Amino acid sequence: MIDSGPLRVPVLARVSDDPGIEERLRRIWETGPGLIGWLSTVDHKEIGKRYLVLSFLFLLIGGIEAGVIRAQLGAPDQTLLTPEQYNQLFTMHGVTMIFLYALPVLSGFSNYLWPLLLGSRDMAFPRLNALSFWIFLLAGLFLYASFPLGMAPDGGWFNYVPYAAHEFNPGPNIDVYALGMVFLGMSTTVGSTNFIVTLARTRAPGMSLNRVPILVWGTLTASVGNLLAVPAVSLAFFMLWMDRQVGTHFFDVAAGGQPLLWQHLFWMFGHPWVYAIVLPAMGIVSDALPTFCRRPLVGYTPVALATVSTMVLGFGVWVHHMFATGLPPIALSFFSAASFVIVIPSAVAVFAWLATIWTGRPVFTAAFLFFAAFVFLFVVGGLSGFMTASVPVDRQLTDTYFVVAHLHYVLIGINVFPVVGGIHYWFPKITGRLMNERLGRWSFWVMFAGFNLGFFPMHIAGLLGMPRRIYTYGSGMGWGPVNMVITLGSYLFAIGVLLFLVNVWRSLKRGEAAGPNPWHAPSLEWSTASPPPVFNFAVIPTVASRYPLWEDRLEAGAGRSSTEEGMLLDHGRETIGTTVVGAEPDVILRMPGDSLAPLALAVAMAAIFVGLLLHSWTTVIVATGALLLTLVAWLWPSAALGQTMEIADE
Amino acid sequence: MTGGASRLVAAAVVVVAGFAASQVARAESSMSYLTTFGPAGDPATRLGWGLGLISIAVTVIVTALLLAGLLRRRQRADPKALAVASDTGGMAWIYVGTGITTVILLACAVWTIRTISAIAMPVGTDLSLEVSAAQWWWRVRYDNADPSQVFDTANEIHIPVGRPVRVELESLDVIHSFWIPKLGGKMDVIPGRTNVTWLEADAPGVYRGQCGEYCGAQHAHMALSVVADPPATYAAWVADQLAQAPRPASSDVAAGLATFSRHCAACHAIRGTDAGGILGPDLTHLMSRSTLAAGTLPNTPANLLAWLADSQAIKPGCRMPRLALSARELQSVARYLQTLQ
Amino acid sequence: MNDAGIYQGAALPVGSKGRLSSGWWGMCTVIATEAALFAYLFFSYFYIAAQAHGEWPPGGPPKLLIAVIDTIILVAGSFTMMWGERGIRRGNARRLLWGLGVTIALGAIFLVLQSIEWRSKPYSLSTNVYGSLYFTTTGFHVAHVIVGLLILCALFAWTALGYFGARRHSAVSIGVMYWHFVTVVWIGVFAIYYAMPYVAPG
Repeated sequence: MIDSGPLRVPVLARVSDDPGIEERLRRIWETGPGLIGWLSTVDHKEIGKRYLVLSFLFLLIGGIEAGVIRAQLGAPDQTLLTPEQYNQLFTMHGVTMIFLYALPVLSGFSNYLWPLLLGSRDMAFPRLNALSFWIFLLAGLFLYASFPLGMAPDGGWFNYVPYAAHEFNPGPNIDVYALGMVFLGMSTTVGSTNFIVTLARTRAPGMSLNRVPILVWGTLTASVGNLLAVPAVSLAFFMLWMDRQVGTHFFDVAAGGQPLLWQHLFWMFGHPWVYAIVLPAMGIVSDALPTFCRRPLVGYTPVALATVSTMVLGFGVWVHHMFATGLPPIALSFFSAASFVIVIPSAVAVFAWLATIWTGRPVFTAAFLFFAAFVFLFVVGGLSGFMTASVPVDRQLTDTYFVVAHLHYVLIGINVFPVVGGIHYWFPKITGRLMNERLGRWSFWVMFAGFNLGFFPMHIAGLLGMPRRIYTYGSGMGWGPVNMVITLGSYLFAIGVLLFLVNVWRSLKRGEAAGPNPWHAPSLEWSTASPPPVFNFAVIPTVASRYPLWEDRLEAGAGRSSTEEGMLLDHGRETIGTTVVGAEPDVILRMPGDSLAPLALAVAMAAIFVGLLLHSWTTVIVATGALLLTLVAWLWPSAALGQTMEIADE
Repeated sequence: MTGGASRLVAAAVVVVAGFAASQVARAESSMSYLTTFGPAGDPATRLGWGLGLISIAVTVIVTALLLAGLLRRRQRADPKALAVASDTGGMAWIYVGTGITTVILLACAVWTIRTISAIAMPVGTDLSLEVSAAQWWWRVRYDNADPSQVFDTANEIHIPVGRPVRVELESLDVIHSFWIPKLGGKMDVIPGRTNVTWLEADAPGVYRGQCGEYCGAQHAHMALSVVADPPATYAAWVADQLAQAPRPASSDVAAGLATFSRHCAACHAIRGTDAGGILGPDLTHLMSRSTLAAGTLPNTPANLLAWLADSQAIKPGCRMPRLALSARELQSVARYLQTLQ
Repeated sequence: MNDAGIYQGAALPVGSKGRLSSGWWGMCTVIATEAALFAYLFFSYFYIAAQAHGEWPPGGPPKLLIAVIDTIILVAGSFTMMWGERGIRRGNARRLLWGLGVTIALGAIFLVLQSIEWRSKPYSLSTNVYGSLYFTTTGFHVAHVIVGLLILCALFAWTALGYFGARRHSAVSIGVMYWHFVTVVWIGVFAIYYAMPYVAPG
């Protein structure tokens, strides 16, 4: 047996017995005042909120770009935009929505919610959490840096070579995209690492793997997927940047390179990524929809397994983005069949939600409307995906508006609707105030009507043969009327989103006080105050079932969780570490305090990428030195964290 | 959900479905692949309709189940109470639903794999074309073992009805995709490799196509058409195409040719003259083609003059530069080009 | 345990339990993502090699001498590191310092040899796609060696400062794990770029 350093028996406490507990913990966990405090905080709730706000800002920017695009396409032969402007706008629309909104918004939910769902006081690596946010912010700015100059990325979000090669695209447009994506990938990787280790380490005692909420399964699966998939796209973009600036030949046919290598690497990343930006959102629905059906989710285990198996299969279907590239029939048959198989786990989830609705007693809140509508949109988006899984059909559908319809049903239907529903659901937890139900219902119906009016006809435009990514079309093509409907519908959808934002704004100021558990929901986050105190839980909860707050309403045998009495852990910032599967307590974890190092590191990284973009090698070298120094300071073994022989105060 | 809201949904569904049906029935756009006209496309079209109808049926059934589940009458209860007393139950939904889904998927996978072989190129096609895609037009070369029977054209392919035609695809720059919706699916055109597809039309007609892979500024204006002719018409067309351009019949036309040779011949070829450029389309029989600039404009004298006068206004970013020609010179080049029947 | 199941067991370690700190888990994820990166690099090599026209590698299989010595050095370094780490587990910081010192020296020799190897190549990063692949892949590996050496140097300094002993040395375990990973990646690079052209000539 390894000698494990100082030992301590955790003190047990009962919150009601000692009203001073909360004040003591608050002093330990509180972030310092002023700007420095704001810049150095590592509180997961603060970081989660920043993720949510920033990703919504990007959603609005991407939405404005879409609005301009739809104005251009609303009628034949429009000249609002030049082709080059159009190409930059549709590229940035895709980049923004897919990379700067869809995953970060889910990271926002997970950052905010994970420790609360799992009964912990923070993520496993609070400073890395701050780092991933700062990189996201700076990479987002980096990707937009060339936009005001009219030199934004213009190769489409999947940026095929050789169009993206220097020969055909010599401006800085693609370099900004390539370096920005490598940079942003670091945020994703750091965040994924944090989620995985948090799951492995910092769950409350008794929160065994078969009791964690489905959102946790979704984010965990997405994180493992990202960890293994992001290197593919970072490598591809790095190779592209080298081809463009250093003279390598990875994609250059003349020197033995292969343009299709880009597509393989991109989609080996891209397809798992698509699941990474829907699985946590599906998790939101799997957790929140049952609350409003007043019953536990039907089929917890199949849904959790379906989540994981979707990602596993998701690594084996990348070629279905390349059905028209001239691959041999045997490969086409294999990847086509695999793409059909991946429908099966989605079917498991759909029928689990349907069964939950049927065997429950729905309460029609605004949040629930979003979740119920999501089930419908999921089916529509899933079925258009099913059609494109078939090679011969896909060779007609691919790169038409049918695919545009599909991906918007998937990304808006399966990401935006659950996200907006999730905000209605957790808004009272985050802010302490309820959102206005009446305005919530209005925004739902306008969004739902606008979405279907705007995006369903895209299927028809696709079936009428309209290719995607064309900046205009002739009046003789017969695509005019359908495009007018699409444009009007998408504007209606935008009005719905604005109504939602108005609701958020009004409710922040004037919303009704929520109390800890306004929905009478079952999971741990609802056991603490709204908004939660900075230390989350005054005592570490002990979990005895999947639905800790419903144990009094479910049949006996479910066990009795405890949120009132538990480990106090107040020798500095502390939380409990538990075993991976069974969640037995096995270590008292020391958590780091607030720090400016994450921000400094992110700024140094940004400086490296700016230096690479501008070919300023001095900047690169100086920034790398700063980065290394920051890292050494950050990682310097600390007595307070129990990383050296001495440990403070034991 | 209130009764009013569900009526609203029902009304919206009716409106959308009605609109969809009217669009499909009315438009039958020249690019629509809801009906196809040959064995390279038909099996995929049947499969597409099959999968589409399955999808519609599944959507209708699941939506009905969803709405019924939402709207069926239930007793109102205390908001804290639960509808069930245990964490179990409802699993039959998952077993049955996933079971049926799996059977349908298996059937569709088998149908798909059979269709993949059904649309494979038949052996022994004796007619072969090389199509090269470039930003933003299509070069078409009719191959023949006899070099004197080889000729180039652009943006318009003629094929004989009822005969399979092998098409070899090469890219002169970036990735494009060759797509004639009414005759079959896309095949990407990728630098460094030769992809092969095939065409066969079982009815005479003009089948429009368009580049299917984003390829830059003028991706929107990279169309082509396939003209399926009865065999005799096709043979006559080939004979016409093999002919060299006529010599100028008047001094005015000869001046046009001279201007053309000075300003245009570096990029364009006209067989029978010393214009031999290969960067742009072969113009030997320009007037036999129905469009200009890869489907951007109908080929009329007015459009031809407009195109020569300011191609960048019509197709911004295209590879054809603004020509430094006087109005008179433009007129004479246009008149010369109009002799290229 | 009482009926609420609240923990009432023995005293718990504070900070980390033996080697299993949060950092150890974090390093596992870093290695997973880095391993994926090299897997994609190797995929790129095979994808391009499979479609190459003519001789592959261009100019015939590479000379083996330096690469074989490199391999021996890195594997030996992993063993000296393991030896040093076992020392600190028994509280022997001096042995860990020796282990770190020898491993750092071996790593530095590797870097010198690798720069000789690079200079001996008749092609560069921009000659052809093989050169691009070779220099990018070995370049990525060299970058990892440099990072590994910086980590070992930091560990050397921290050990010398007396931070680590039998009870606390998770930073050492984490750094050593990374160093082993660097060795394993080199074995992959050696197998694919150096050995395979002899076994399965293209």
